[in-house]
Parts: sequence; C-alpha cells; structure tokens
Amino acid sequence: MRLKCPVCGERDRREFYYVGDAVALARPDPDAGEAAWDDYVHNRDNPAGVTRDLWQHEAGCAAWIVVTRNTVSHEILETALAADVKRAMS
Amino acid sequence: MSGQMTQVNRLDGGQIDRGSSLKFKFDGKSFTGHAGDTLASALLANGVRLMGRSFKYHRPRGPLSAGSEEPNAIVTLRDGARAEPNTRATTAELFEGLTARSQNCWPSVKFDVMAVNDAASDFLAAGFYYKTFMWPASFWEKVYEPIIRRAAGLGALSMQEDPDQYDKGFRHCDLLIIGAGPSGLMAALTAGRAGKDVILADEDFALGGRLLSENMAVGGKAALDWTTQTVAELSSMPNVRLMTRTTVMGAFDHGIYGAVERVSDHLFEPAAGKPRQILWRIYAGKTMLCAGAIERPIAFENNDRPGIMLASAMRSYVNRWAVTPAQRVAIFTSCDDGHRTAADLHAKGVKIAAVIDTRSETPMSMDYEVLAGAQVINTKGRLGLAFVEVQQADGSMRTLECGALGVSGGWNPNVHLTCHQRGRPAWNAELSAFVPGGTLPPGMSVAGAASGDLSTYGALHSGAKGAADAFGIKAADVPTAADTPAKQSAFWYVEGCKRAWLDQQNDVTVKDVKLAHQEGFKSVEHLKRYTTLGMATDQGKTSNMGGLAIMAEIAGKGIPDVGTTIFRPPYTPVSIGALAGRMRGMEFHPTRLTPSHFWAKERGAVFVEVGNWLRAQWFPIEGETHWRQSVDREVKATRASVGVCDCTTLGKIDVQGADAATFLNKLYCNPFAKLAVGKVRYGLMLREDGIAMDDGTAGRLAEDHFVVTTTTAKAGPVYQHMEFVRQCLMPDADVQLISTTEAWAQYAVAGPNSRKLLQKIVDPEFDISNEAFEFMACANITVCGGLRARLFRISFSGEMAFEIAVPSRYGDALMRKLMEEGEEFDVVPYGTEALGVMRIEKGHAAGNELNGTTTANNLGMGRMVSKKKDSIGTVLSERAGLNEEDALKLVGVKPLAREDKITAGGHLMAADGPVDAAHDQGYVTSAAYSPEVGSMIGLAFIKSGDARMGEKMRLVSPVTDSEVEVEVTSAHFVDPEGGRQRA
Repeated sequence: MRLKCPVCGERDRREFYYVGDAVALARPDPDAGEAAWDDYVHNRDNPAGVTRDLWQHEAGCAAWIVVTRNTVSHEILETALAADVKRAMS
Repeated sequence: MSGQMTQVNRLDGGQIDRGSSLKFKFDGKSFTGHAGDTLASALLANGVRLMGRSFKYHRPRGPLSAGSEEPNAIVTLRDGARAEPNTRATTAELFEGLTARSQNCWPSVKFDVMAVNDAASDFLAAGFYYKTFMWPASFWEKVYEPIIRRAAGLGALSMQEDPDQYDKGFRHCDLLIIGAGPSGLMAALTAGRAGKDVILADEDFALGGRLLSENMAVGGKAALDWTTQTVAELSSMPNVRLMTRTTVMGAFDHGIYGAVERVSDHLFEPAAGKPRQILWRIYAGKTMLCAGAIERPIAFENNDRPGIMLASAMRSYVNRWAVTPAQRVAIFTSCDDGHRTAADLHAKGVKIAAVIDTRSETPMSMDYEVLAGAQVINTKGRLGLAFVEVQQADGSMRTLECGALGVSGGWNPNVHLTCHQRGRPAWNAELSAFVPGGTLPPGMSVAGAASGDLSTYGALHSGAKGAADAFGIKAADVPTAADTPAKQSAFWYVEGCKRAWLDQQNDVTVKDVKLAHQEGFKSVEHLKRYTTLGMATDQGKTSNMGGLAIMAEIAGKGIPDVGTTIFRPPYTPVSIGALAGRMRGMEFHPTRLTPSHFWAKERGAVFVEVGNWLRAQWFPIEGETHWRQSVDREVKATRASVGVCDCTTLGKIDVQGADAATFLNKLYCNPFAKLAVGKVRYGLMLREDGIAMDDGTAGRLAEDHFVVTTTTAKAGPVYQHMEFVRQCLMPDADVQLISTTEAWAQYAVAGPNSRKLLQKIVDPEFDISNEAFEFMACANITVCGGLRARLFRISFSGEMAFEIAVPSRYGDALMRKLMEEGEEFDVVPYGTEALGVMRIEKGHAAGNELNGTTTANNLGMGRMVSKKKDSIGTVLSERAGLNEEDALKLVGVKPLAREDKITAGGHLMAADGPVDAAHDQGYVTSAAYSPEVGSMIGLAFIKSGDARMGEKMRLVSPVTDSEVEVEVTSAHFVDPEGGRQRA
C-alpha cells in the first residue's frame, strides 16, 4: 500500500501511522451535549466503500493527513494535510 | 564407475554442463549429475522415478512436472540445521554435495508402513477425519490430533536454528515483467529499448521459459539461440535488471509486488556475507504478467504411479536436461500437444510404445503407433509404472509395456497473480480454460500463454504489444515463429474411474469429489474445504480444473456456472526466514542504548528492556547474590545520601512558539497558562474519553519555550498525540514541536546530598541553593566549565532531587564525573528497580496505575482537572459513570504481618464475607519491598479508598493461591508532608 504525503510525495504504507476516522477533526464544543460527544469519541461507521481517515506520516515529516480511500478497491482517492482540512472547516 | 555410466537415462544434447560431474545423495544413496540439472532431472537420469510418498495414503510418487507446480516430488533438502522440508525436486538445482531425503515414508520410501492407509482407503475418503474424530470431544486434542499429525504432515523441521541470513530489499521500476518466456522477453526488449526501467523476474535459474524446453524455431534459428541472443541484448541494457531465481509471489496494493530471490539456494552453503534469500518489495509503475501456462493432467485409474507425468514436463526433461524418464514411453493425450512430446522423444532415440489419443481424428505418425479414440483405463507396476491398459476405439483392450507415460489434457493459462486482488478468472469456451478476468491488480496487464495466447508467435507478439501499449512506445519487431494455437478440448477424466487422482499432493480422487457432492457440498468453496482439493502447498495448480469439471458434470452445469476458486499469495511457498529477514532474536526490534550505557555495563549493571531501550535495572556489587540485596542497598544509600539514575529514556518534547502555553493548556487537564518562567509543573494528559493517558512534567524555560517530559513507554504516542492536537485541532496556533529524547542525556540526582554533589559540577555563576532554585524550579545552566545543560528540580523519589540534562554526547562523561565527584558522599548509581521502590514508597503513579482504565478521579487528582478551560478529555471525564460515589481511589496497602507478601494484581475483599467478583473492592497495581517501611507495600485502587484509611482487608490472589490480611494506608509511605523534596 502506498500513500501520497502532501509534503513528501508517494511513500510506503509503513512510514505512516493510522488512527481512524477523520471525524476526529470535528471536535465538538464543550457544551455540545452527550450525543455529539458520543458521536465524536465513540461512534464510527464501517463503510464498504469511500471512507475518510486520519494517518500520520510518522516516519517522515510528522504531518497528519486526511486520506480519502475506498475500503473495497483499496484505491486512494485523495490525500490532504489535516491542518488545511481543519482550516477549511471553520 | 564414472557418473555418465550410471546415468542410464541420460540422452545427448541438452543444456547441461557435461564437463562437470556433481556428486549428490538421495535417501543415502550416491549419484552423480551435471551442472544445469535439477534434483529431479538428475534422479531421472539415474533411473530413479520414485521420489516420495503421498500425504494421506502414502502412495509411491514421482515427479508430475518439471517446474514449481509440482505436487509430488517433494523432498527434504540438506541435513542438520539447514534441512529444508517440502522442497520441490523439480526446481531444486543440483550442487556438489547435495543431500535429499524423501518424505512421508517410514522406514523407507520403498517400504512404507503407513502405506496400509492405501489398502484402507475405503475408510479414508473425503471427510473421513471430520466424521471419525468427532467424538469424544476431549480425545481430539490429546489423542487424535497428535496421531494424525505424526502420520500425516509434509516433512519435518530440523528444530535447529537456521544458520543462514535472510535479507529484505526494495526496488522501483517502470515495468515489472513476471516470467521470462517468449512474451516476457519481447516485453523487456520493447520497454528496454525505449529506455524504461525494467525488471524482468523469473523463478527459473535460466531465462527463456518454455523456449528452453521446446525444439522449435524462432526468428529463423533454434529457439535456444534466439533466447541466448535476446538475453545478451537485455543484459547489455543498463536500464534492464534481469532477476533469475526470483519468484514474484504476490501482487499487493498500489503496484507493490513481493518477490523472493533465492540467492544461495543453489549452493552448498551461502558465500561469506551473502544471504540465503532476499525478500524484495518491488514498486512497479506497470506490470506485465507473462507467467505462461501450466499443462493439465487427465484423471484415470491409478494415474499417480511414478513415471506418469505431464507430457510437456517430459519434453523439458528430454530437450533441456537430456533425460528420458524411461527407455520406453507412451503418451496419453486429448490434444495435439501430446504428439509433440512423442516426436521429440522419438527424435532423441527413445522408444515410443504408442500415442493414445482420446480424439478420433488425430495427427498420425510414420515413426510410431497412434491409437485414435483410445483411453488409458488403468496402470500397473509396483513402485513405478510398468504397464498401461488401453481401451481402444473399438472397445477392445490392450496392454502396453512402458516405464513412463506422458499425459496432456491441454493447457491452463497461469492466472495465479491476476487473482491476488480478488480478480476472478473468466471461462474461455474455445480454450476450455479459465483466462484472466475481473479486476486485475492496478497497472497489471497479461500477455502470452498466461492471457490465453497459446501459440509461440502469439506469445512473442502479445509481449511486445503489451509493453508498447503500456507506455505508448514502439513495439520491438516480432520474430517469426509457429503461430498455430494448440487445439484443446475438454477431456478431464476417463469414464468410470474411481481412484483417479486429481490433487496428488493432498490425495484427492475423482471419487472424493463425487462423494462430496453427494453429501451436499455443492458450492465450489465447500468442495475445496471438504475434500482439501487444491489446498496443498501447490494451491492446486495442476488439479483445480479437473475438480471443477467433475463438479460441473455431476451438477449438470457448465464449468463457468460452477465457478472457480481464486488463488492467493504466495505463488509458491515462502520460507518464514525470508519473511522475517534480519528481524530475528535481538534484531526483532531496534535496541536503543542510552549515552552512558557502556559505563553502566562496566559497572556490571543488569539490564531490562523498556520499550526498545535497555535500562539498568540494578547495579550488583561484590558479595550480593540476590537482586533484592542490590535494590535495597541502592534505595537506602539514595535516601541516606545521594544516588544517580539514568532517566534519558523518558520522552522529552520541546514546545516552542508564542502560543506554546495555550497549547499545553489544551493538552493537559490541569492549567499551564500561568506557569512562571523557570518553573516546572506536573501535568496529567487525558484521552478525549476522560481516561488518563500519560503524565509528566513541563518546564517553562522561556515565555515561548517549554520542555515536556513523558513516560518512557509513551514517548512516541504522546508526541504523536501532541502533533495531532497541534495540526488537527489548533492549526493556526503558533507552536512548534520536536522530540528531543535522543538529543539530551538526563540523570536524576536524588538524596539529601544531591545539591552538594551538583554544586561541585554546576558552574559557580549559577546559584542552586534552596532559596535561589527552589522545588519545581528549572533553568538553562552550564556545568563543568561551560557545557550547556538543563537543570530541573523535580523529584520522583520523594527526596531532594534534581534532573540534569546535557547534550547526548556528554552523557557518558557526565555520569563518570558525577560518580567521581560523588565519592565523598558515597554516591550510588541506582536502576529502575530502586526507582520503582522509591516511587511506590512516595505514592507516585506510574504505568501500572495509568493503565488505560483509570481517570484523574481514580488517581486522586480529580481536583486538578480544570473546569475553567476546554482541554482534551475534560468533557467526558465528567461522565456520571466515571464519578460514582464509590469510585476506585488510589491508596496504599501494607500487610498486617511484616513477612506477608503483597501481590500485584491481587484483589481486595472486605475483612470478612465472601471472596468473589461480586464483592470485589479493588486491586493492587504495584508492589515492592520497602526498606523504609520494613515490609512489602503496595499501591491499590479501592472503592472509596480515600475514606477507608486503616481498614483491615483481605488481599486475595487466586492465581498465586494466596490470601493475606492488609491495612489500607495513605499511598504516601515516605515523607507524606513532602518536607524532604523541598529541603
């Protein structure tokens, strides 16, 4: 498996650390309520198809990356710096 | 007697070096062969057809093929530690001194006791094990399984450490070509001439594929000459890498291929410094699968006698290795291809008993008899073929004497690697075979016989075209060659046969497949698992098709409707050694050494692995025979005067930037914004779910500069988490992080004389008196006359203590200096055990307490969690379930009787009442012998523990079968007021 780090280019999977759903970027406000926090911390979809998750280029530039990929075909559709994605969210 | 004379079946010609004579042993008997031979070709040359016994029925078996698809001729190669079971004799290259043994037989391959299974075969049909060994259940593990495993099994391990090295490597290319037959060579020429980076890999030790085995013309010359010339041109291209003895064993995601290069398998032992094998990870822009085709056998009664083999394999033995399997040979074929074998053998002077062709219209011969519309219905011979029984077109029976029978049922494209990304082969009615289908691995195309193009010209042409199409370049000129595609018909088995072998490696017969169907295993996947058809180490390369065809016929369906199973990596078995590479023993993971490691080693330290680090556990001195003596001494000496501990391994993360304090405020549950410059604060990090993640300290060296420490184990994860918070939650904050764990060597100097010791090395302009440098102070200083250092006044032991950090390269020198200057205070170095004892005595939480289930509330730090700010984990730390009335609280326990043992992991129960999970009151996380208290002590989480001081409880450990009475105490056994650390 290969991932394209937006900083370093295409690299082997083993340089990356996988953490899970990119929902981790959408941290709720402290008073958002239990349901919002449950969704943020615990509830995850397990799609057969397109998913967005967070990886870190651990053995490279340390950038956190949002990877859009297909869990069925293993195709990597898009990679973007998490910091850029987060900025675009606000 | 010369070798040549004993090689009774050696013919003229071939691609062997007759000038060489290689001695080898098979089952203890000596033989000779030539360089260029395989073990199988050399044995056949010496008249040996019997090479092993089958897996289940222990039937005598010889080679079916001349390549890696071999199901039968499986031997144990080499002796002693290098012994390698399950090696295919058909691919093992001959070398001087080779030794091999047949498998699955005892006491010998010619007289095998377990052959009784064959006579009992009526009871051992498909599903026998499932049906028989079901009851009683307890018998399976203790009785049945060990017996079955001993009787069955494929070879045995030497049980000795493999003396050879294995390596891993990485290669990149524009085009990876798998297979160096006619299509692969033309693809390489096309891409190579266009300047592409090409890797041409082939499992064989010679390049050419089928061209090495065929007596035909290519480009107006002998196929072998064309091959030699082409390989020479490719060798001269710097952009083309030819990899022989290299099996591309798997197609993985995103154009990554695994390949095993057998660097030294063809040698008696590897050359000095060379690995036995290399596992390559190849990153390919494009890939062409040019893996050719595998001939398929025909099932008929007793079709497994040694001497019965694929007709194409026979052609390989004759043309490439100049070997005939017997002096008198018959051919059984359902297509024209079988006739080519007869012609080639005849040309070399081998007597052809007859060609038995299932078709009524067949090519005829002037040189030998051709029986059209005939079938082989049985064979005879003990330990090898002697006669075949033929039913002729008119129904009459005839017995032919022959020592070998070549069988040809047509060819199956070698689609193995096209399935590795779940591509499902498609049925091609014209070829009566499966061809590559479904979604191929990205970037892969298929050429030559592997794609169903079964003529030589077709293979040459499709190879050139495939490479040209892949890159939009000009195809290399295709040489002339035969372009009549082999006609093949669907003829899978002879009517009425029962013990006709489909899968010779797993001993699956036509009868087994019929039985499976009869018992309801009608899906092809079920058939496979019930009969084990195609589940041996050859993955059914020569057997799957026959099984499918029979299934289809019984079910009254077409083969494509029955479907096919797909192949998985690896293409051929891969040794565990190659997968492990150099990651064996201590090299399984990196070993990290602190800068003063060698000093500690000189002092005789006993080391322990912590994460990847080696840390000194204790430093025994003369006369100490038990670790407790050393640890108690280190603790006492430190508390009495001064001790030094290497704490370099703790994570150190530099945090800089205008928003550094804001950042730490987010990260830690307790406040950091107002921490003064020159001060250190203890910090607790929570996970977002409110559970404690890690603790440590953060020292503020400047307004915009903090140094954060983490535990040794969590140094990596915490740094990762901090980067997550920085990049993913606060991308606009002005804060930068860098891990400096390796940059600084850090030592804890603890004990009442710690300041006096440090004053001897800290440069005089820095005042470290209690007034100028109080508890929890930090500063950039210099030591030993100008060496930059960082000093922190923090204490894990509860004593007056400092941590001093110097650039790593000075760590060893600093440690030696501290020991030298500390002599007047009887300084001791202490290890992780003494460190642990002192922190338990002081009641400091560590990894055992921050165990992934505990909260700040459990740790007695609930009030530290700031409600005024939104830091990671604060919201969910307030969940009701984590804050119940009787939540676990960190306390101390000590035994009522001094000599009693506190067991970490033991559970606490009320002084009386039942001992069971329902009455569980908590558990002990850490335990140690405390020299200060004079007994063992423990840290424990107990329900409402903070309100139960002085309560008598029972500490039970069913695991160690112990129960002792304990008293609940404060977790602070030593200096609970903290006077010492502030002195």
